[in-house]
Amino acid sequence: MGVSIFGLAWRSLMNRKVSAFLTIFAIALSVALFLGVEKARNAAKSGFDNTISGTELIVGAPSGQINLLLYSVFRLGNATAEISWGAYEELNARDDVAWTVPISLGDSHRGYRVLGTNLGYFDHYKYGQGQSLLLAEGQEFDDLFDAVLGADVAKSLGYELDTPIVITHGLGARGFSDHDDRPFRVVGILRPTGTPVDQTIHISLEAMTAIHVGWETGTRNPLADGITEEMVRSFDLTPKTVTAAFVGLKNRATILRTRRAINTQMSQPLLAIIPGQALAELWQVMGTAERVLLAISAFVIAVGLVSILTSILTSLNERRREMSILRATGARPLHIFTLLVAEAAVLGFIGAILGAVLIQAIFAIAAPILSAQYGVALIGTGPGLVDLYTIGVVTIAAFILGIWPALTALRRSLADGLTVKL
Amino acid sequence: MTAPTVRLTDLRFAWPGQAPLLAIDRFELAQKERLFLRGPSGSGKSTLLGLIAGVLDGGQGEIRVMDEDIGQMSGSGRDQVRADHLGVIFQMFNLVPYLSVVQNVILPCRFSKRRLRQVQENGGAEVEAKRLLERIGLDDEALQARNVTELSVGQQQRVAAARALIGGPSLVIADEPTSALDSDARDRFIELLSEEASQTGAALLFVSHDSSLAPLFDRAVDLAEINGAAG
Repeated sequence: MGVSIFGLAWRSLMNRKVSAFLTIFAIALSVALFLGVEKARNAAKSGFDNTISGTELIVGAPSGQINLLLYSVFRLGNATAEISWGAYEELNARDDVAWTVPISLGDSHRGYRVLGTNLGYFDHYKYGQGQSLLLAEGQEFDDLFDAVLGADVAKSLGYELDTPIVITHGLGARGFSDHDDRPFRVVGILRPTGTPVDQTIHISLEAMTAIHVGWETGTRNPLADGITEEMVRSFDLTPKTVTAAFVGLKNRATILRTRRAINTQMSQPLLAIIPGQALAELWQVMGTAERVLLAISAFVIAVGLVSILTSILTSLNERRREMSILRATGARPLHIFTLLVAEAAVLGFIGAILGAVLIQAIFAIAAPILSAQYGVALIGTGPGLVDLYTIGVVTIAAFILGIWPALTALRRSLADGLTVKL
Repeated sequence: MTAPTVRLTDLRFAWPGQAPLLAIDRFELAQKERLFLRGPSGSGKSTLLGLIAGVLDGGQGEIRVMDEDIGQMSGSGRDQVRADHLGVIFQMFNLVPYLSVVQNVILPCRFSKRRLRQVQENGGAEVEAKRLLERIGLDDEALQARNVTELSVGQQQRVAAARALIGGPSLVIADEPTSALDSDARDRFIELLSEEASQTGAALLFVSHDSSLAPLFDRAVDLAEINGAAG
């Protein structure tokens, strides 16, 4: 029959379109921010957990498990010590070990880390849900002075196949201690993975040894300048040390036993870590920042909700007339109360729904770009329970906040009687 | 002898902390009577109307509307009496700006089951609203579809009259409804209102400061004469 109270609330809001739209917009933005942070947080965690997979253990010289994880997987920081080639071979020869991939770090090219490894790296290193590294162009390294670039390296430095590159000793600025006597050639470029592999230049372990011929003291020995490339190629280029090794086991069930054995029973002291465990520990450290971000975005929602209060409270003065008309035509205090509370709830509800839609639209637009440009896969950002909860909580909060202007309007309409003294 | 629509006995009213505003020993409005109540602004007539309409509280004495002592009733009881039996027309700004003409007219049926039943017997609220609008000269469909804020003041007052009359209320209170109208529109409005009130069987309590309107009604009362607190 005619117009329900919600119908009245809706029409009343439509009568104040600009104010209602701005309020809804404020709510939508705050809800979108909150859901965006929440979803990006989960996506970041999934992406982080997916940095390395398929590797059961990472083995390095004893330091700490986060330290070893940071330099071996994230290319952050430095190894304080290395493992000898002998220890690596001992590890590789273990019965319970299916495969090992040695890595050697320490040099760089224009800020990007150079990683010496063997061809097993391209077979065994996995990320995400067990995805392998794939070449976008070219091939894996074959010749001694071949390099395979991560996607970001090629993109930001503008390198293509056959571009010559000179590796810098250590991580310092370019030019001061370049291995410019032994330039490399780009033979392959990897597809984006969204992991630190994208920022890495891969060369063979032998090449790593070769460019350091004559650098045994840590700086270039002038006497070594006479050593030609042919002579280098004829040397035994087996490395003396490696930085760390990725290890795959024959049987995952032995993981704890194998780890303890490596940590305690080897001829050289070694540290074996389980990547998932170390990642979880590292995430704990970063989790605080993430929770702070979430708390801030929750406060932004509170600000958005206050804008509902502001808009309704400021509208009350010009609506005293409306209220007394409703009263005169038979509306009871409860009707006036419900009308205003319903308005607040409608604003909150529509705002929250728009916010949830908005963030999905943003992710829908951003996901292909992020994936193509940075290889970042947004995992689990689709609509979910969290959206429903947020919409529900925002609507209920708006409803509760609406009680304030509703009581104000009620008190006034009772005092005004039939005539409004404006 | 049926009970009068309104009967006030020994009514006293004062706003908190102020001198007595109303002291009416006896006032009656018979059923279907059309009464002109004259009173200058500030004479307490708005307060009196508020008390009769049951939106103001705190009057002493007896206030009977439709033979019910609304002075003794709870707020919601008075709301019920008002919703069921009263139609109110204000001086101006009578209409809810965000409702259509027809929606404004049927608004009382939203709040009173009695009036809703009444219009349903006559073919439904919208039919009844259109019939009333037609009777008071607003039969233009295009006009009815228009936003109420686009109507002239005279048209708005007529929509308000239709709203006050829908669902057959027993009493229509009109508080200076013609003060914003020119004299032609004013006379025509009063004529229409009187006619429709007698059609629907409602008593009419018409309040104005303009004594020249008095001859258009059955009876005229000067508030200053019946109000002992005046002066």
